[in-house]
Amino acid sequence: MEDLQTSHPVELLTFELGEHEYALDIMCVREIRGWAKATPLPHAPSFMRGVINLRGAVLPVMDLGERLGLPTRPHCDRNVIIVVSFEETMTGLLVDAVSDIIALPPDALQPPPDAANYGAQTVVKALTLIEDRMIRVLDLNNIVVLSQGEAA
Amino acid sequence: MTTPDPMAEIRASFFVECDELLEAMQDGLQALEDGTDDAETIHVVFRAVHSIKGGAGAFGLEALVRFSHHYESVLDRVRSGELAVDIDLLKHFFRAADHLSDLVRANRDGTEIPSSAGDAILAEMDAHIGAGVPPDEVEPEIEFQPLGLALDLDLDLPALDDLPPAPQFKICFAPDAEMFETGNDVFPILRSLAALGTCDIQCDTARVPALSDIVPETSYLSWTILLTSEVDEAEVASVFEFVEGLCKLSIERLAGSDTTDNPTPPPVSDQVSEPLPEPETDSAEPEQAPQRATPAAARSVVRVDLDRIERLVNLVGELVINQAMLAQSLQGAGLSPHSDAMNGLEEFQRLTRDIQDSVMMIRAQPVKPLFQRMSRIVREASAAVNKDVRLITDGDATEVDKTVIERLADPLTHMIRNAVDHGLEPTHERVANGKDAQGRVTLSAAHRSGRVIIEVSDDGGGINRPRVLQIAMDKGLIPTDATLSDSEIDNLLFLPGFSTADTVSDLSGRGVGMDVVRTAIQSLGGRISITSTPGLGTNFSISLPLTLAVLDGMVIEVADETLVLPLNVVAETVTLSAETLDAIQPGLDVVRVRDGLVPLFDLGYLLGYRARKDSYVDGVALLITHDDGSLGALVVDEIQDQRQVVIKGLDDTLYRAPGIAAATILGDGQIALIVDPSDIIARAGEPPHAKSQKIRMES
Repeated sequence: MEDLQTSHPVELLTFELGEHEYALDIMCVREIRGWAKATPLPHAPSFMRGVINLRGAVLPVMDLGERLGLPTRPHCDRNVIIVVSFEETMTGLLVDAVSDIIALPPDALQPPPDAANYGAQTVVKALTLIEDRMIRVLDLNNIVVLSQGEAA
Repeated sequence: MTTPDPMAEIRASFFVECDELLEAMQDGLQALEDGTDDAETIHVVFRAVHSIKGGAGAFGLEALVRFSHHYESVLDRVRSGELAVDIDLLKHFFRAADHLSDLVRANRDGTEIPSSAGDAILAEMDAHIGAGVPPDEVEPEIEFQPLGLALDLDLDLPALDDLPPAPQFKICFAPDAEMFETGNDVFPILRSLAALGTCDIQCDTARVPALSDIVPETSYLSWTILLTSEVDEAEVASVFEFVEGLCKLSIERLAGSDTTDNPTPPPVSDQVSEPLPEPETDSAEPEQAPQRATPAAARSVVRVDLDRIERLVNLVGELVINQAMLAQSLQGAGLSPHSDAMNGLEEFQRLTRDIQDSVMMIRAQPVKPLFQRMSRIVREASAAVNKDVRLITDGDATEVDKTVIERLADPLTHMIRNAVDHGLEPTHERVANGKDAQGRVTLSAAHRSGRVIIEVSDDGGGINRPRVLQIAMDKGLIPTDATLSDSEIDNLLFLPGFSTADTVSDLSGRGVGMDVVRTAIQSLGGRISITSTPGLGTNFSISLPLTLAVLDGMVIEVADETLVLPLNVVAETVTLSAETLDAIQPGLDVVRVRDGLVPLFDLGYLLGYRARKDSYVDGVALLITHDDGSLGALVVDEIQDQRQVVIKGLDDTLYRAPGIAAATILGDGQIALIVDPSDIIARAGEPPHAKSQKIRMES
């Protein structure tokens, strides 16, 4: 999403979490996989679902809804894992369902209102409206990198 | 002449050669220090320095030539009996040797070392022996020691002008008809020969009959080849490896073509049966020495890019997983264990294991170079704190995975420095206590039950426990009213933020403590333990896995999760019964094993998978041996299997699970975590303050 300022259209992968719609820059998405049973890690934070076998590599999977602090939702068959790569580490994000891929001009994205004033780290870095639905574009940096306190 | 960039190739092999020469030089000096006082040892050192000079001259590395020339001149005076070797002179020799290594490395990496450093060392050495060496006379002739380089003698290198001619081989080669029947051809063979050196090839057509008499499938031609090349006979013979027995072949080394005193290369078969280069020993037998100076001629070594080996290791890992999957599905298919398929599978498993072991062997290297680096650290460290210290190494032929060796260098350096700086008492104190003024630091390596044990010990004063305890309390690392056992006090050294040095010395105490050493060792899958006897010294013992890639594991089940335990820590399995179980207090149970009471640890509970069980009767426990020999019993729900598993690293940027060493992939494709039982037990028994420390370390 570094190219927010340029005129190239931004391509986003949109997905559902609970009642809401979220999006990630498609450039960081490596693949989308069906839900597979994860091996839980002992004493992990609740959003860490564990690790799964991604073609011979060990992939950590986190429940994105729980990571964002959304209420826990029942598990269903449409649940998928979006495999993202951030600074060369791969992480799986468990989401409710993938919706669409959309291309937007960069000026269709607006920054969230006064994010800095909320103190807490912001996971939403931009907002956009599509057919009256609000889509929250997530900042991967603040999702797959844990702050000091969280890791303990 | 066939390599695309001959100079770069040759340069690279020169530096590889230099490493071997430097090693030989260090060995020689070490032997001198150990009291071997024969002419041959000093010859070895001299020759090593001389060969480096010769090679450096060929590449125009002037600083290196200048330094090694001066060094060599002094060595030469010792060699000719003009100077006697004593401890002080050896110190200068060692310093010069260290500087020479630095120079070689700097030249290899293209970095600069100010010449003043070398000049100072040489000046001190000259001052010591009392007379200057004639300044930099250029030797009229650089007598080139056999470097075993694939040197291209046709290049116009001035320094190589008076080299002896390269050896010549006369090869007579007459293919039989069978050779062509088996799909071999003459031309590729000749081409391979030409790649070895200059070839003069003559085809003998005398036996070709008149056209009417020709039997088309008979071979009438023969070749006589004159090969001029630096390679040895074995290598020439290897060109004909595939057509052995299918032709008449004679390879003859032409007399007088080689004036160097190369030892005759051993027959090919000997080399093939030797998969790894023989680890060099310290015995400097005179008759072995010439071979040492020309190691490349004596053994055949292939240099392989590490990436390729990595790839092979990974592929073998996949193979092991695949084989496990196949085994699982065949067993699931309900085949009789005596069926062909199952027999074949067994054979397949054996082969896989052999391949795996062989691949791991490729990566294994003797720890000797690492130990030699450490002897330098001791020299520098002891000079810095003004102590007389001697490093004794043992087991330097022990082979360990290359990655392990590389990643051991830093922690070991730190431990050695600690031993010199903190472990050994100041000289006057030693003398006052009736000890030898010279301190001893021992560094040893050995294989023990599938692991590598590396020990660093000193004969110093041992850990000053009251002081350690006081410091830990002062720094708030432990509560002031804590009562700790001796070994618990010793282990305080590993706490982050602990440093015993009263004053921050130049050497250690730079804020890097033993906790960093422990973290480094743990990241290698190893453990470090400490024992100390007041007045007699301290011993650090590091236990490391042989390889970072595979593990003999015990597959177990806990709370419906499959886990793997390293087999080497499991001493035995015990079935728990009401008679053998005793509760000391809630949450602390023991099991009676023979005469001993062993504390019980509930793995499922400790991993947070389930609540503590109410009763362990009829359960299964694994007796875990700790590094210090004590036992712990780990309660598991079920033991499934024993098998070799491929270690997959866990990405711990996101979250590092306590007590989990790594992961592996099971036959069904599921991931199983590999447990570090000692870590789990240590965490279970740990007082709360230490636990919070650990968590902070990991965040």
